Amino acid sequence: MHLPCPCCGPRDLREFTHKGADDYLRRPAPDAPPEAWDDYLHTRANPAGRTRDLWYHDPCGTWIAVTRDTVTHAVIGATGLEDAQ
Amino acid sequence: MKRRATGGSALTRARKLGFSFDGRNLQGLQGDTLASALLANGVRLVGRSFKYHRPRGVLTAGSEEPNALLEVLRDGVFHPNVRATVQELHMGLQARAQNCWPSVRRDVMAVNDLLAPFLGAGFYYKTFMWPRAFWEGLYEPLIRRAAGLGRLPQTPQDAPHERAFAFCDLLVIGAGPTGLMAALTAARAGADVIVCDEDRQFGGRLLSDTGQIDGIAGADWAAQVVTELHALPNVRLMARTSVVGAYDGGVYGALERVALHVTAPGHAPRECFWRITAQRTILAAGALERPIAHPGNDRPGVMLLSAVASYWHRWAIDPGRVVVFGNTDHALATARALAADGMNIRAYVDPRTDLGTDAPFALRAGAEVVATHGRHGLGAVTLRQKGRDIRIEADTLALAGGWNPSLHLACHMNGRPSWDTAIAAFVPRPGMVPGMDVAGAAAGRFSTHAALHDGARAAAESLAELGLTSPDLPLPLAEDAPYAIAPLWQVAAPGRAWLDFANDVTTKDVAQAAREGFASVEHMKRYTTQGMAPDQGKSSNMGALAVLADATGGTIPDTGTTTFRPPFVPVSIAALGAGGHGKSFAPERRITSDAQVRAMGAPMLEAGLWYRPSHFPQAGDRDWRDACNREVLHVRHAVGVCDVSTLGKIDVQGPNAARFLDFVYTNTMSSLRPGRVRYGLMLREDGHVMDDGTCARLGEQHFLITTTTAAAGEVMRHLDFVQQAFCADWRVRLGSVTEHWAQFAVAGPLADDLLARVLDVPPALPFMGCAGVTVGGVAARLFRISFSGERGYELAVPARFGAALFRGLLALAEGMGGGAYGLEALNVLRIEKGFVTHAEIDGRVTAFDLGMAGMVSAKKDCIGKAASQRPGLHGPERLQLVGLRPVAHGTEIAAGAHLYAPDAPATAPHGQGHTTSVAYSPTLERWLGLALLRDGRARHGSMMRLDDGLRGRQAAVEICNPVFFDPDGGRMRG
Ligand SMILES: [Zn+2]
Repeated sequence: MHLPCPCCGPRDLREFTHKGADDYLRRPAPDAPPEAWDDYLHTRANPAGRTRDLWYHDPCGTWIAVTRDTVTHAVIGATGLEDAQ
Repeated sequence: MKRRATGGSALTRARKLGFSFDGRNLQGLQGDTLASALLANGVRLVGRSFKYHRPRGVLTAGSEEPNALLEVLRDGVFHPNVRATVQELHMGLQARAQNCWPSVRRDVMAVNDLLAPFLGAGFYYKTFMWPRAFWEGLYEPLIRRAAGLGRLPQTPQDAPHERAFAFCDLLVIGAGPTGLMAALTAARAGADVIVCDEDRQFGGRLLSDTGQIDGIAGADWAAQVVTELHALPNVRLMARTSVVGAYDGGVYGALERVALHVTAPGHAPRECFWRITAQRTILAAGALERPIAHPGNDRPGVMLLSAVASYWHRWAIDPGRVVVFGNTDHALATARALAADGMNIRAYVDPRTDLGTDAPFALRAGAEVVATHGRHGLGAVTLRQKGRDIRIEADTLALAGGWNPSLHLACHMNGRPSWDTAIAAFVPRPGMVPGMDVAGAAAGRFSTHAALHDGARAAAESLAELGLTSPDLPLPLAEDAPYAIAPLWQVAAPGRAWLDFANDVTTKDVAQAAREGFASVEHMKRYTTQGMAPDQGKSSNMGALAVLADATGGTIPDTGTTTFRPPFVPVSIAALGAGGHGKSFAPERRITSDAQVRAMGAPMLEAGLWYRPSHFPQAGDRDWRDACNREVLHVRHAVGVCDVSTLGKIDVQGPNAARFLDFVYTNTMSSLRPGRVRYGLMLREDGHVMDDGTCARLGEQHFLITTTTAAAGEVMRHLDFVQQAFCADWRVRLGSVTEHWAQFAVAGPLADDLLARVLDVPPALPFMGCAGVTVGGVAARLFRISFSGERGYELAVPARFGAALFRGLLALAEGMGGGAYGLEALNVLRIEKGFVTHAEIDGRVTAFDLGMAGMVSAKKDCIGKAASQRPGLHGPERLQLVGLRPVAHGTEIAAGAHLYAPDAPATAPHGQGHTTSVAYSPTLERWLGLALLRDGRARHGSMMRLDDGLRGRQAAVEICNPVFFDPDGGRMRG
């Protein structure tokens, strides 16, 4: 499996570290209610199909948001985080 | 069975090879497989079946062989389950039969065959259940002794194996007519092509047939194509290579038998496991002939017709008097061709009633084989025609029950094949593996013309996908005879008819499984063990499925197949794990003082990938603790030097650097003045402590932060994430500089004296101050920080000066009554001071737990702050950091022991906490421990019982402040 790093091009999966769903990008305000923080930290969709999750390309230090399909394992695309919000 | 005087396209007659089987010295020829060599020597009985220990002979001529599994001596040990049909003969090869004792001809376990009525499907589950008490003492050892096929060598295997990687535009799997046509088409178009075939020779069925292509023998046509492909720079031909698995992203696993066919491999690896990444793949793996389930079909001498033809053409094996039992026009045509070539075919038996009349052998239409005869090998068969039994003397019974497309790889990503009634077989559906096209016989297109045509078609489609232009290549002329099959899954006659030869599964077992409720194909498989032998049921699963469908009254497509999983053929662990032996490519990170500390005899401890000195032994030490105590006292009373370069170091720069650090640390770093250092705590976003370390402000916009050795990578990833996800527009940049600096702790009452002799101009640094300095003219950094509780510094120089600086510091320290200290002493020093490491920061503790809640600034947001304020993360129910000391000074304690009230039982509900770190303190002359204890801070002064269940030790301990030594910090501040 290859992931396209916007910095380095398509690279082998083993060069990446997985973090989890892209929910991590939507950080609540510091004073948001506990439910919002609970959702942010713990509630995940686990879709059968298209999903977007966050990976770190260890060699170059770039975090990317990867769109892929959990059923077909197809990698549809990836962007740096500045384009992923 | 014997060798014919001439012929044998695979053989080099001039080169004779001596080998042995079960201690008998035999002779074969260069080009033989072990199977063909055994047959040439008249050896038909080669092994015993798994359950009933029935005599078994060679069934096939390929990797799907279920019977001829032998032990072969290689690199000093016998390797089990070597397929004689795949193992090439070499000089001095030693093989022996397995699953038999004392010999393959007189096997005492053959008594199992007489017990067959009691050993039917599911007998494990029925026989060995009751009484329950018998399980451990009797049944399990019994099953273990009988279980498994062959015996594993009991010594480590260190024969060289390799792992390799390859990339291509087009991977062609199989080099029969389909694969060769596809490869030729793609190669002429300029594509980067890899062709893999299991065999040592390319050509597939063309090597074993007499048919012609473009007016020449098929084998000659194949040789011509191979010659052209061989000469092309854009083609890689990989013989002896089985593609064993299809994976995501066009990745295929393949096993190359590099040097299993030679006596002494020299430096060559025995096998190589390839990982091939292909843009496009054409599966041209051909088809496997299936046997017919008739009574007595497991007797040595019963072979597949395709194997009989292969042994005849390639290895000049004369099968003697042959009866062919088939059910397709293809089988009849093959029998005719073999007879025309001189084979002694006595009869052709076919349940179909109209076979024509003209043949050089007896045509037995509307007939079936109902019995075989002969003790250790076939002597005669009985067939039944129109209710009449006819006995025919025969040495070989050739079965031809139709062909199953080799679609295994196409199903490896969970695709299910579809049923094709015309050929009575499963065929792949399009798109089962992205990027893979299945062509030729593997797709159920069986004639040579269809194979060539389909190979060219698949190549053209792949070339279009690759953006390449197909060459103008005329399709060679070849036979296009109809296949015409009348399915025959089992012969209705008394007696046991085998499906899975390796695991001894008969048609009766499958029917019984269905009767007992195991009617789903996956249940039947597990209940009967059908298809679970090393051959994975390649020649039997289809038949078993049909028998199951019959038994349940369903159709074959409704019954469905079992799941196809990698690997397609057995892969040795040695090949899979090649490169993973010992240290392999695991990198070693070495501190700059590595050579010096090893020369001093220090045992090295692994810390992540780093190696750090544990302690520095001296003559007269009783054990490591003597060295550790000496080093601790050096620091407490004189001066010690320790390489602390493994700490993570991250350079943070930019106008928004301070703002960024405020966001990632719980405490405020923006208020830090240049030239000062502050201890800092980082949380994970879930509110738990991630790491701790120091933050030094080197300039207005320049910080250097440190992490613990273990968490350096995690912290770097975390900081990069926070910066890229939440403050991408802030003007701040981060870089890991861990390797760039060699850093040494200089600690002890004499630390200033030592540094005064090292630094060109020693600065007067306050506690938690930092400054640029020079050492012999080299720019360096000095931090006045202490992890020992003594007056201490850390001195950092560019890594290339590290070794020299360490030598210099060490010589000076020794001259002052001190010396080097290692990781053990470092640990004792920090425990005496109650400083935490990842033994305490175990991923579950909060700042509150460590007594550092005050470090979470109320004035600003930071990562983890919101979650750290959740209910449950602070309060008396939390495990909190405490110190503890045994009431009896000499009592040794250990980390991991649990804390209980003095009179409470040592059970989980009464657990109050556990020790995280312990040490013997030579300073205080007693054992000390740090612990996480429920409501610990309120329990200083109370007595508890420490129960070390693992070591069976107990101790009465007193809970106390975790700072045991110099609690007000006067020594390090002063
Ligand atoms: Zn990258």
